[in-house]
Amino acid sequence: MAFNYDNYLRVNKMPTLWCWGCGDGVILKAFIRAVDKLGWKKDDVCVVSGIGCSGRFSSYVDFNTVHTTHGRTVAFATGVKLANPDKHVICVAGDGDGLAIGGNHTIHGCRRNIDITLILINNFIYGLTNSQTSPTTPQGMWTVSQKAGNIDPTFDACELAIASGASFVARETVNSPKKLEKVLLQAMEHKGFSFVDVLSNCHINLGRKNKMQSAMANLDWIDSITVSKKKYDKMSPEEQKNLFPTGVLKHDTEAREYCEMYEEIKKVQQGERKPLTQDDFDKKI
Amino acid sequence: MSATREVISSGNELAALAAVDAGCRFFGGYPITPSSEVMHEISDLLPKVGGAAIQMEDEIAGVAAAIGAGMAGVRTLTATSGPGISLKAENLGLAQMAEVPLVVVNVMRGGPSTGLPTRVAQGDVAQAKNPSHGDYKSITVCAGNLAECYTETVRAFNLADRFMQPVFVLLDETIGHMHAKAVIPTAEEVKKGIVPRKTFDGPAEEYRPYDVPQDQPAVLNPMFQGYRYHFTGLHHDAMGFPTEEIETCRKLIDRLFRKVEEHKDEIESNEEYMLDDAEILIIGYGSASLAIKEAVDVLRAEGVKVGMFRPITLWPSPQERLYELGQKFDKILSVELNQGQYLEEIQRSMGRLDIAKLTKTNGRPFSPSDIIEKVKEL
Repeated sequence: MAFNYDNYLRVNKMPTLWCWGCGDGVILKAFIRAVDKLGWKKDDVCVVSGIGCSGRFSSYVDFNTVHTTHGRTVAFATGVKLANPDKHVICVAGDGDGLAIGGNHTIHGCRRNIDITLILINNFIYGLTNSQTSPTTPQGMWTVSQKAGNIDPTFDACELAIASGASFVARETVNSPKKLEKVLLQAMEHKGFSFVDVLSNCHINLGRKNKMQSAMANLDWIDSITVSKKKYDKMSPEEQKNLFPTGVLKHDTEAREYCEMYEEIKKVQQGERKPLTQDDFDKKI
Repeated sequence: MSATREVISSGNELAALAAVDAGCRFFGGYPITPSSEVMHEISDLLPKVGGAAIQMEDEIAGVAAAIGAGMAGVRTLTATSGPGISLKAENLGLAQMAEVPLVVVNVMRGGPSTGLPTRVAQGDVAQAKNPSHGDYKSITVCAGNLAECYTETVRAFNLADRFMQPVFVLLDETIGHMHAKAVIPTAEEVKKGIVPRKTFDGPAEEYRPYDVPQDQPAVLNPMFQGYRYHFTGLHHDAMGFPTEEIETCRKLIDRLFRKVEEHKDEIESNEEYMLDDAEILIIGYGSASLAIKEAVDVLRAEGVKVGMFRPITLWPSPQERLYELGQKFDKILSVELNQGQYLEEIQRSMGRLDIAKLTKTNGRPFSPSDIIEKVKEL
């Protein structure tokens, strides 16, 4: 039997504002299937989004939903989560939202290892505002703000998340909806900050002057720049150049989660234990 | 007479204590002089009562986390100074638009820009009226003495939940760092006075959080309790979903004004000191009013009939009362630690420009002698 998405969608908000063939819909559906598999109650989930095409994600799903200001998704979500540690909080941000204007919050969400999942919809461009350069736009590509070719170096979002301390980091693409669903499920199941870089197409605004005017052409390009982590690890540094590994890139189940650590702070202040010292932590510096 | 207690504390610490006594259970903030002691104090107090305080990565995140907790249904606080308000402004606009209650303590220091971080000013009064872009009606209260750092913070929490929007508590560096005895209500007394936000308890399918009378705030149930709706900074419909429908957009902004405008009597608060037989009126607020009061006492002893009007709620302004006073008094002096930010509101409310002003923007507080000297020149 076909999966029934309607139970999780705000069907009266359909069709979405996303362009024909946009990858965001694939991510929306994979996310819904993953939540369904987790068996979470809709009332126990909060989805927080920022500004951009991805910002509309929250309005389409039938959970507790918040559409925040540009880039501040993780910061708002931190308040929701710390005030409700037993609930599930999911952030959805674009590459501009989560890596440029909101880069600081992404870094510090990862560092705190607070139990939030950040789904970064990475389409390599500012789509909603019509094709400006984003932190992931490849150098040499055409954008409206760099018509002579983008000279800004490119971010690897997963390397940023790993370096910042996220305990679960993965990358998947909209070309593989089943794998994407699996990775999102693992990310949401994980206790700690989980970061999923989802490579998606924007043939309308990335593709239009970069020889990818159809969704298929854009998806083929995504295919050409990705390779599974398993294969990637076996490649020489020369072969790895210009490729993004996909799959689970980091999965640390030992790292301590922020809300759990905060419970210890409550115990200290309530006189149930002595103040924390460095001995309470494995990593001393 | 309500039950009181004596405490020895500072203005900043009293604001933190007031928040916790008023039922605040979340704080999001960032270090900034001269307000940091609010965060220091509440970081100890909140976990004691099962709440949480977090120092975020910047001012923007501090207020965002606080608003996030407020959206979830928790009484929530952030504290900062002028530069922090500048950074938080966009998110404060979201809280105005989505109608999320929040208390913002601003301990004012010298500005603009980095200004005089450790010295007093009242330069954020105009900013408090419209910190963010767009149309909305700010609610701002201003503590004029140590005890009011406590009582006005408590009042701000009740106002935030009544009107479902951010409420500013302005302290200034002098009051925030003043350390002395204060007589404040007991925690039990404060608890009795807590009026939580309205909620809807009917069937979820009948719940329409933003479909309320034009003079009333949204009715926002806490998250995770079976009433799923949407928060957004976009113009939105009865369920909080984005819309560009003409009449819905008009009504939304109209309501954000009218919910405050039509209930000013619930918000306005003033102090009038020796006004009845006065011939000279002095207007001032915050720490300036401490110097004004002493000046009034000294001048009275010399036979000069002078009195003080002190707005405790700065926004919305007590414009009707100011108008009456403007009709009654010939000689009026406005005293502020800025170049006359509130003077413009006084002039507007009174409909006259011939109001003397005494201002100071060198980071130093007023001394009563400054005011006595000025009154004698009038």
